[in-house]
Amino acid sequence: MAIELEHVNFIYGEDTPLAVKALDDVNLMIPDGQFIGIIGHTGSGKSTLVQHLNGLMKATSGDIRYNGESIYGKDFEMRKLRSKVGLVFQYPEHQLFEIDVFSDVCFGPKNLGLSKEEVEERAKDALQKVGIPETMYYQSPFELSGGQKRRVAIAGVLAMQPDVLILDEPTAGLDPKGRDEILQQIKTLQTETGLTILLVSHSMDDVAEYVDRIIVMNAGKVMFDDVPKSVFAHVKELEEVGLAAPQVTYVMQELRKRGFEVGEDATTVEEAAKAILRCLKA
Amino acid sequence: MLRDITLGQYYQTESVIHRLDARVKLAGTLIFIVSLFFFKNYWGYLVAALFLAGVIKLSRVPFKFMVKGMKAIVFLVIITVLFSLFLTPGEALVSLGKLTITKEGLNTAITTTIRLSMLIIGSSIMTLTTTPNNLTDAMEKSMRPLKKLHVPVHEIAMMMSIALRFIPILLEETDKIMKAQIARGADFESGNLLKRAKAMVPLLVPLFISAFRRANDLAMAMEARCYRGGDGRTKMKPLIYQKRDHLAYVCLLVYFVAAVVIGRLHF
Ligand SMILES: Nc1ncnc2c1ncn2[C@@H]1O[C@H](COP(=O)(O)OP(=O)(O)O)[C@@H](O)[C@H]1O
Ligand SMILES: [Mg+2]
Repeated sequence: MAIELEHVNFIYGEDTPLAVKALDDVNLMIPDGQFIGIIGHTGSGKSTLVQHLNGLMKATSGDIRYNGESIYGKDFEMRKLRSKVGLVFQYPEHQLFEIDVFSDVCFGPKNLGLSKEEVEERAKDALQKVGIPETMYYQSPFELSGGQKRRVAIAGVLAMQPDVLILDEPTAGLDPKGRDEILQQIKTLQTETGLTILLVSHSMDDVAEYVDRIIVMNAGKVMFDDVPKSVFAHVKELEEVGLAAPQVTYVMQELRKRGFEVGEDATTVEEAAKAILRCLKA
Repeated sequence: MLRDITLGQYYQTESVIHRLDARVKLAGTLIFIVSLFFFKNYWGYLVAALFLAGVIKLSRVPFKFMVKGMKAIVFLVIITVLFSLFLTPGEALVSLGKLTITKEGLNTAITTTIRLSMLIIGSSIMTLTTTPNNLTDAMEKSMRPLKKLHVPVHEIAMMMSIALRFIPILLEETDKIMKAQIARGADFESGNLLKRAKAMVPLLVPLFISAFRRANDLAMAMEARCYRGGDGRTKMKPLIYQKRDHLAYVCLLVYFVAAVVIGRLHF
């Protein structure tokens, strides 16, 4: 169920003086079951990139293949792709429209033409996965808190039971607690269901703890594409493009400089704590 | 998708026309449109076309860009042409069953097409070369005498500039919400009329909510900066006529007289 991108370019407002090259020769391979972080400064092309993955935007040139089949082919069923590659937009709560939470989550599966029972079962399942209790099912989505609204919106996409789930800055505008909750839930979702997840963010600290692989975007180009540890090794380059490695990376670097043998593997707070304890005991 | 609508859009570049006082452009557009209705022969339209071509050249807006925004209007033009072609009484030229094309009808169809397209191009030059802010400033200043008649000139101008400012924002928002719902399997393109109307609900509800949220934020922001109407309010960039503006008025006058005289000659 892999998605492959080959020499994908995208230009906004082609043939006008305001043309912006938002994607510049992007080549990617997104295999099954990976948890991938897409990181980049604002305007680096992250949102543009993910909207190509479910065919909402069409590349100016280049090809995208889903399971080996070009999505720009004549016979390709775009609707099917959109049901298999779920995209949660930035500020997804702005798309809520139904009278209650439950009906809103039903919207996606209903559009797939499923039976009423199946639709409701999927909606319940999705709401449970994002941690919305049954007592809220019949409340208006507009009465919920920001974090709850967002989780309902995510459930709205999850209910379509996609194979690939893409989240565009799911933590934007949330408080630290709401942020951690959402990220933790996404991680749980990934380990439990084996879903392929692409998490877009402009903050390394957001994703470092959770993902298997990081794609760094800069000015429409893929700058790095590697496991977190190797990406964080390029602290200098990251800083040059307005990003930073997670804060623990800096702590560990400083400790190594001062002669503590803490090793170079730790990228999360937990791993760092272990490494420091190990070093102190030794 | 929706972003391709360029009607009423501003095109940023450096040109004489861009630098003209917005009041000149406003008056010029009016004069140009009025002149189109004085013509009795095709020579008048030729003069108008030459004048228009000159202004387009001076404005440095690519003609291609201008035409792109007019696609939405082609439909209107076609309907008008069809009506005048078939429904004008007079000397019959061709008969297609019950429908007859008359000589007068053909004439009206041709002049209507020319008038409409020149009218649209003429007014789009104004919007393409003038920022919405300048345009509403110009309107406010030109309409100031009406204030004596208790017409709320400043309020009207302010509402217009806010509305103009919000058009691209709401278009962008529509685009975004539409995409988000398409990602959830919504279908805006197929089905009969009723089905399509129903499909708009997931688009319109969020759009209205967002419009109200933005209106609320804007009102708050204006109040926070002590906005309290037009009385005693000064401008950061007041409109002041320069030499080139007087020159432009002269050009407009010359055009008007020349075009109307030529357009009404009998050959
Ligand atoms: N609708 C649009 N029209 C024109 N340019 C756009 C549009 N959307 C994004 N861009 C431009 O494309 C580039 C990439 O934008 P985007 O993909 O939204 O970046 P990110 O999500 O990483 O912040 C930016 O330079 C942005 O200004
Ligand atoms: Mg973005």
